[in-house]
Amino acid sequence: MHDAVIDYERQMGMENFHPSLVRGPAGADAEPGRERRPPGPEPKLTARGVNFYYGSKQALRGISIGFSRRRVTAIIGPSGCGKSTFIRLLNRMQELVPGTRMEGEILLDGMDIMSPACDPPELRKRVGMVFQKPNPFPKTIYENIAYGLEVNGARDRNLIEEKVVDSLKKAALWGEVKDRLKDSALGLSGGQQQRLCIARCLAVEPEVILFDEPCASLDPISTGKVEELILELKKDYTIVIVTHNMQQAARVSDRTAFFLMGELVEEGDTERIFKAPRDRRTEDYITGRFG
Amino acid sequence: MTAAGAAGAVLPVRALGRPKRRSLAQKLGFAVLGACMAANILFLGAILFFIASRGLGAISWAFLTQVPRDSMTAGGVAPAIAGTLYLTLGAVLFALPLGVACAVYLTEYSPKGWSSALLRVGVNNLAGVPSVVFGLFGLTVFVKYFGFGVSIVSGSLTLGILALPVIISASQEALTAVPQSVREASLALGATQWGTIRRVVLPAALPGILTGVILSVGRVAGETAPILFTAAAFYVRGFPHSPMSEVMALPYHIYALMTEGTHPEMQTRIAYGCSLLLLALVLSVSLIAILIRQRQRKVYHA
Repeated sequence: MHDAVIDYERQMGMENFHPSLVRGPAGADAEPGRERRPPGPEPKLTARGVNFYYGSKQALRGISIGFSRRRVTAIIGPSGCGKSTFIRLLNRMQELVPGTRMEGEILLDGMDIMSPACDPPELRKRVGMVFQKPNPFPKTIYENIAYGLEVNGARDRNLIEEKVVDSLKKAALWGEVKDRLKDSALGLSGGQQQRLCIARCLAVEPEVILFDEPCASLDPISTGKVEELILELKKDYTIVIVTHNMQQAARVSDRTAFFLMGELVEEGDTERIFKAPRDRRTEDYITGRFG
Repeated sequence: MTAAGAAGAVLPVRALGRPKRRSLAQKLGFAVLGACMAANILFLGAILFFIASRGLGAISWAFLTQVPRDSMTAGGVAPAIAGTLYLTLGAVLFALPLGVACAVYLTEYSPKGWSSALLRVGVNNLAGVPSVVFGLFGLTVFVKYFGFGVSIVSGSLTLGILALPVIISASQEALTAVPQSVREASLALGATQWGTIRRVVLPAALPGILTGVILSVGRVAGETAPILFTAAAFYVRGFPHSPMSEVMALPYHIYALMTEGTHPEMQTRIAYGCSLLLLALVLSVSLIAILIRQRQRKVYHA
């Protein structure tokens, strides 16, 4: 059954490009109105046999995993297991690191994001990212959110303002900042800055949101707010979250993937992973025997 | 208890038991540092006092606004002020875009390797070239080869090349200081690399780049050797009327007043007046740039 789906996708491969991801004449051929989908629940984002190298050192070994729509998938594992490297491949941020190389396929709606027809900026609009440390621009709160809209071609001031307000509300930050939109974003607290970064990401209307240890530098109260937000966002987005906090994975995720030394050891429903891990190494990690 | 015991084992107790000796060493250290700083201030103060006391007498409204009369012994130095302003402005207009573009290429685009390292070394060496050599270069290339003649254009370009290394290295530093995480934030929103540089990296680096401009303006406005063969004249009737005309300039004017002419005593007075003026000019340009920088800082760092 599963193999059948994969074969089907492989057949579809090139024809199924999302029009916004395709540059040049191929874009004209694509039919945006007719999205053919394989039967059954096809993952929004799929990795197949992904290897990744820093120079000659292999950091990821044959990772294959799918991320479903309106689900939160948590990637857990000890430091250095490759979980951050992996999530940064999903929006092609990792290729900015010099001297690196990737093998395998990553498919977004069935289209290979590594193909030459895929334009990284277009991909990153569709696959947004929130980073480990809050990284607002040294600009005002308003400008921080308007920026993403402007680089993506928005010019209408009223429309931009509407989106800024809307994004801040979705990120549960509006009440705290509505009177200080013209103040520097760097004056906000760490937790507020991280929610601003989430708002900034939402404004671009991505389909997938990648969270790379979003609470690593936040206090418990701010962490709680961000987690609530992730659960709320799940209704509309495909979410992948890297965390080294197992309680966090248990609280926010539907599915959990355990990485160890560049390998995907086990993946499944979060409840099952935590209650009945199938692999000994998963069990050891979850019960705190190492990591 | 155990912690105190452990600390006692590593640090001998007597280290804490001799407060007097330690505070004496500390006081001595501060005194030496303070004396060095006082010496610096003293030198600076002496220069300012010396120039001001001799030059202040020459300064008047007429001195600032009139052309020289009676073979440089009376009248004002307005053409020299104008010439220095033109030359400095021209040099900055030429060197700023070129220098910033070069710094952007070196920090954001060029592959990190031996070639960019070589470029960096080249830029740093350019800063060490004696200014009179720049003057000769300007004479050969701009005055003769391009045929700009002895003119504001030739002088500005020569001064611009002199200012380049200062602007490049200050800009590089400012760009490197912009955290990588901010670049990533922009790229992750779908911005292109160029868009990221233009809209996020450059604005964040602007205060640092302005520092480079301040430094280079100070150097350019006061340089004599580079304009010696490329732009400056001892006496030009009236104000410069085109970018292709020879000009009088304050630093060269000082030099000429002290070495040429027939009335040394009266010329010396004017030379000190010019020196004071040049100092004031450089300081006020710096002040303007510092004010711009402060305003930027307020926006960026709440």
